[in-house]
Amino acid sequence: MAGRVLVTGASGMLGGAVADLLAEHGWDVTVMQRRPAGGRHRELLGDIRDADAVRRAVTGQDAVVHLAAKVDVVGPWRDFVDINVRGTRRVIEALRAQGGGRLVQVSSPSVAHTGRSLAGAGAGPATPMRARGHYARTKAAAELFALEADSAELRTTAVRPHLVWGPGDTQLVGRIAERARQGRLALVGAGTALVDTTYVDNAATALVAALERIEVAHGQALVVTNGEPRPIGELVGDICRAVGAPAPRLHLPVPLAWGLGAAVEGATALSERVPGVPTITQPPMTRFLAEQLSTAHWFDQRHTREVLDWRPAVTIDEGLTRL
Amino acid sequence: MPTPAPTPRQSVHDSARRSAHEEVGLPPSTFPGLDRGWSRVVLAADAGGLTRRWHLLDNGPALEAAGVPVRGTVLAVHGNPTWAYLWRRVLEQAPPGWRVVAVDQLGMGWSERPGRPRTLAQRVDDLAGLTDALGLEGPVVALAHDWGGPVALGWALAHPELVAGVVLTNTAVHQPVEHAAPSVIRLARAPVLLAQVCRTTPAFVRATTALSRPSLPRGVRDAFAAPYASAHRRDAVADFVRDIPFEDDHPSRATLDQIADGVRGLDVPALLVWGPRDPVFSQRYLEDLLGRLPHADVHVCPTASHLVLEDSPEAVGVVWEWVQQHVSGEPAGPEGQGDRASAVERRHHVATVPVAVDVSRPDETAVVELGGARPRRVSFGELGGRVEALARGLAARGVRPGDRVAVLVPPGIDLTTVVYAVWRLGAVVVIADAGLGLGRLGAALRGAGPRHVIGIAPALALAALTRVPGRRIRVDRSGSTLADLAAEGLGHDAPLPEGLDEDADGAVLFTSGATGPPKGVVYTRRGLGAQVALLRDTFGFGPGERFVAAFAPFALYGPALGLTSAVPDMDVTAPHTLTADGLAQAVEAVGATMVFAAPAALRNVVATAGSLTTHQHEVLAGPRLVLSAGAPVPASLLHEVRAVLTGAQTQTPYGMTEALPVATHDPTSPGEGSGQGSGSGGEQPGAGVCVGHPVPGVEVGIAALDPLGVPAEDLQTSPGVVGEIVVRGPHVKDRYDRRWGTQRRSARPVGWHRTGDVGRLDDQGRLWVEGRLAHVVPTADGPVTPYPVEDRVRGLEGITDVAVVGVGPVGTQLVVLVLVPTRRAGALARTTGAPRGAHALAGPDLAARARAAAGVPVAAVLVRDWLPVDVRHASKVDRTALAHWAEAVLHGSRQRRRGGAPRTRSR
Repeated sequence: MAGRVLVTGASGMLGGAVADLLAEHGWDVTVMQRRPAGGRHRELLGDIRDADAVRRAVTGQDAVVHLAAKVDVVGPWRDFVDINVRGTRRVIEALRAQGGGRLVQVSSPSVAHTGRSLAGAGAGPATPMRARGHYARTKAAAELFALEADSAELRTTAVRPHLVWGPGDTQLVGRIAERARQGRLALVGAGTALVDTTYVDNAATALVAALERIEVAHGQALVVTNGEPRPIGELVGDICRAVGAPAPRLHLPVPLAWGLGAAVEGATALSERVPGVPTITQPPMTRFLAEQLSTAHWFDQRHTREVLDWRPAVTIDEGLTRL
Repeated sequence: MPTPAPTPRQSVHDSARRSAHEEVGLPPSTFPGLDRGWSRVVLAADAGGLTRRWHLLDNGPALEAAGVPVRGTVLAVHGNPTWAYLWRRVLEQAPPGWRVVAVDQLGMGWSERPGRPRTLAQRVDDLAGLTDALGLEGPVVALAHDWGGPVALGWALAHPELVAGVVLTNTAVHQPVEHAAPSVIRLARAPVLLAQVCRTTPAFVRATTALSRPSLPRGVRDAFAAPYASAHRRDAVADFVRDIPFEDDHPSRATLDQIADGVRGLDVPALLVWGPRDPVFSQRYLEDLLGRLPHADVHVCPTASHLVLEDSPEAVGVVWEWVQQHVSGEPAGPEGQGDRASAVERRHHVATVPVAVDVSRPDETAVVELGGARPRRVSFGELGGRVEALARGLAARGVRPGDRVAVLVPPGIDLTTVVYAVWRLGAVVVIADAGLGLGRLGAALRGAGPRHVIGIAPALALAALTRVPGRRIRVDRSGSTLADLAAEGLGHDAPLPEGLDEDADGAVLFTSGATGPPKGVVYTRRGLGAQVALLRDTFGFGPGERFVAAFAPFALYGPALGLTSAVPDMDVTAPHTLTADGLAQAVEAVGATMVFAAPAALRNVVATAGSLTTHQHEVLAGPRLVLSAGAPVPASLLHEVRAVLTGAQTQTPYGMTEALPVATHDPTSPGEGSGQGSGSGGEQPGAGVCVGHPVPGVEVGIAALDPLGVPAEDLQTSPGVVGEIVVRGPHVKDRYDRRWGTQRRSARPVGWHRTGDVGRLDDQGRLWVEGRLAHVVPTADGPVTPYPVEDRVRGLEGITDVAVVGVGPVGTQLVVLVLVPTRRAGALARTTGAPRGAHALAGPDLAARARAAAGVPVAAVLVRDWLPVDVRHASKVDRTALAHWAEAVLHGSRQRRRGGAPRTRSR
């Protein structure tokens, strides 16, 4: 079943893993990214904001695994829209223009997260109007476009890995380690909320399974996790120990974290608008983050595992030893 | 007062009544659970021959359209002030071929407002006019609620050719003049209030749906109130209240009396579905109906109030099950009936011991009671004589065969005498354990509906406080003593009954209610006798043996077996009050060969053994057997017990209120495995609790669990299959009291009892318990039973206790370990036991060790200072409360805390 596949956003940890795994499965892999990454796959340089570049990359491909996205917690809304929403639409249009194919849209459980605790939740519908933060909202809209495009010629599915981490991870593990070493790492609230995460290899096998089983998986969104929820405080502590950083001792009360998040967001927005002030790109706290860190969010994996005929192969404990 | 108040008989605001034909409309399709397709308007002649517009919910047209032949019809009549919406779930759950006609009575719901008050007689005739217009054919089951009861029953009495059954929910047909009766209604009927409460304001309409706890959803409450949106629309609500014949000369009095008397002759099957928390139709009305319909089945929904089918929607399923079983010649499971017959047959062939004092050795000591200034003693001969005399005394006080008699007397000679006297009369003892706690004890006794209550003064006060019905017979030192009662019997020369029916009820006991309100469990006399015989045969009680009875259930059986018993100086309802000293005294008093005690009692005996004298140590070497039941008994405790009672074997019978014993086991004997406990030999950690081989005469089957943790219908005995433990034997309960649906579900297959425990049989035929069915954690990878996991973790260093609970939705739950560390790091509040926030998380080292030991994926490892336990045995971990706590902790900050800190701590 293997054929030609384009992986966008392959310079990231997950994108790279997916590209490698697809190649192992016999796919002819092309990766598309903005800057040369020097990987072992055929590389096309291009920006997802450039419709022509996207069309050139997609044309001739049997399938696209679309990871390229703006994942920051702050930034101008228009950038999020241009990259996350329009970027996905450009990929869809390019696939349509060449008569179809397969699309695995990489999404996020936050597209259906409205700030409440989720315990054993299914993959609810994406809600761009209710999701929290620019990233989640734009990814929600993108997912709706992707799933709406599902047809006999163009098979689409949306996979939502939750909190992907692994070796070389600059987002979750990297930031936790960096802050812990600086002694600036605090837990929001008690740190007892159960949180699902996904080890990068498991997310990659799930995405490849979605592509290869798209005749079963098409037209729906699937949350992917390790299926091993842990209290967030325990998980953060485990990651710190795994990378040799001191475990966090500070607990930030939730209302304080939320207030702080609001203040930081204000400051960030200001920094973007006021010339001469350095733009804040990695704010220490946002309201979205405060919610994510203090509420349970773990998911019912039964449907996902059945549809994808997939099980996570690497447990959290094994994953920690690989950090 | 500006104007004279109208009398109840006069219509309030007659002048204000609008046209009789005010358009009421139809219910909108937006009401929760209501299918607009059921709504139907039918014109029919009323009692006076005038054509009226009725609104019904009726699935008949849909059945007809689908070409489904009608097997039978349920005619549902609501009360005041509701409407047919009350029956929406009955329509929704109608089995194939069953028609439901739920009417809105005239003047009510979305039916026509006739403009004049209607009497009960008119309402009965109105309904007949409607069923004529519908051309209703039999069989018909009349289903009614509240004041719809008399209307439906009046209709049923007038249509014997159609009626095949009646189902009544919180209603009444009899209004004794002398009773203040539903005081709420009486109050609402005060002339001044009536107009205000029922008509001018929607207070009454709204109050009816406000009785439920937890409250009904707003949409449902609004739906009930919708047809009563204006004062004119509420005319009939007030009229209905006025039509309740509280007075002798009320126009509807004669009709109601006729119906009430007629019901006695109603020989169709009847089911009474009851919400005991109803402030209007209280328990008294249930007892009254049962007096008129003694053959009726009863299903009490213990938490339900007035709107019983709203508060306990699962009762709708019970109603349909009952209707299908009883009406229209449907197959009621022919093999099921056969099973029942064979079960009864089997019972007649097992050994039983008559539930009477064995007086074959009259001079031997029967019971010694320690604890007073000096021990009280009674011989078998004396006891037999006292029982005979007291039985006559009770007969003189009006106790008849079959009557239920609640016995509230502390364990000892008096209790034994009373119980055997009640049995001698052919009456039924109702015994509840004070350990249930005041509220639950009262609810349990009240629910059993005793006709007499025998008790000491404080117990009778408690009975009064908790509104337990029945005539009071006080027996204590200050009031009439048992001797006085016996003396009364001397002047009463009516002979005591002979040749009592052994299949008649003998006792009502109560479940501990660790997982819900206590349920009454009915034993027949034969069942009680079979239990006594099973105990005798299983444990080899020989003639001349003597025992210490520190465990209430077995204490009563000594006299029937001719065994001498000693009641030690302790509060038998609080097992942990037995000391080593108290036990030694009791053993010495009778030269006991056996000791029956709860685990908590043994724990305290071991704890206080240091104070024993050398002589007492010698005394305690005497008994040959220690029996302990009531909760899993750790092998380690029994080893400690054997260090004190050096001559004794230990046996731990496994069973429950509904069937005891099922199996028995000695965890201390070499080669026997048990996971519970630590440090003893022969264990198989992670296997659950071995409870031994089923005792002779008892069969055990396993109903395998499916992936969601639901037990199968069929039973198997293959080794290793994990499922619900299902038992059959001559001593199994006859039924749950007044829980028709619960009984039916517990007796699958017929003649068996579903224990609610999960476990398996091993290849040697031994039974292993792995937890309660309710505590199985249905994870995405299948059900996880708690005991094996707990066993594996319990052995870890630094842990004194552990419990497994599940959090999250069924089918994808996560396993959470709750540990009690031996010593907790840091300064922590030791008073709550339920740490909040980060303190609830186990440290990284402990968490890692516990995860590694558990053998199943564990989402979180939490710590507490102690585990909550159930109130009755003070030894079973209350996993439900614990799961609520864990769920709240793990849900994060945005979740409202549910359950909170459980209040009872383990000892």
